[in-house]
Amino acid sequence: MNQKEFVLLINPFKDKLFRLAKRLLVSTEEAEDATQEILVKLWSKNENLETYNSVEAMAMTMTKNYCLDQLKSKRASNLKIVDNNFTDKEPSLYKQVEDTDSLNWVEKIINQLPEQQRLIIQLRDIEQCEFSEIAKITEMNETAVRVALSRARKTIREYMLKTHSYGIQ
Amino acid sequence: MEYNKMEALLEKYFEGETSIAEENELKNYFSSLNVAPHLEQYKPLFGFFADAQKEKFEKDVPFIQKKQKAAWLSIAASIVVLIGIGTYAFFDMNKENENKKLGTYDDPKEALQATQKALALLSNNVNIGVEGVQYIYVYEVTKEKVFVQ
Repeated sequence: MNQKEFVLLINPFKDKLFRLAKRLLVSTEEAEDATQEILVKLWSKNENLETYNSVEAMAMTMTKNYCLDQLKSKRASNLKIVDNNFTDKEPSLYKQVEDTDSLNWVEKIINQLPEQQRLIIQLRDIEQCEFSEIAKITEMNETAVRVALSRARKTIREYMLKTHSYGIQ
Repeated sequence: MEYNKMEALLEKYFEGETSIAEENELKNYFSSLNVAPHLEQYKPLFGFFADAQKEKFEKDVPFIQKKQKAAWLSIAASIVVLIGIGTYAFFDMNKENENKKLGTYDDPKEALQATQKALALLSNNVNIGVEGVQYIYVYEVTKEKVFVQ
């Protein structure tokens, strides 16, 4: 497989890998690095890439594992600084557009979920994967995926209701 | 009238039992303008999902060439370092060998002569020292003279 074929192969799902990495790692830069890392790994496997029946599913699993490893090592070294911590929160103050603000809220809530649930929300609600695909990528069974998904969605709902009615009740 | 259906779908959604088609129906409904007021609170949630789908990976696809270059560089660097250490060790050994040659004789006679010469030199020097303190006995004589018992 040459470079051109490889690019054609990964183009349909490389954004998906990036979004998954970003959901797990939160920081955009880290997610970009992780995606590149995964693509390099795929490229180095290039000879037997055709033997896999779904390169996309494999790439998603690789990304998931890579990000979880990354999070683990970061936690082990006690380095919890994410570049998000430094971003200037000013714009949302004067922007005051409620809609975008509540979208940020949803993102914040999702980022507070445990990794497993974040992963499943990303795969189901954003990437719209079937349960069988999710089960394959996350290496869980479908019932467990459903339960985790329902739990994640309910947690989001709870937080959102709290934020929505903040100061009213 | 539509919101009854949507409420039921939402219920299913939070139980994790909706199909992708049903979820898309929910997304469409919440992105439309006529959302029932009491369901308004779910709008940002589905809005976010639709929004997050659009994010793109903008960096270039990295190819292995870069890495190979780095590998070649490190191989070259390690060869240079090895050659450096090798030549240093080689010259160092030569020097040591020269030093060692200075101290040895092959012929036993010559060796004996050299040893005798060295010992003679040593004893001569010791004798010079002894001669130097020979006259110290004068003190003894003078002391006897002064402190006569």
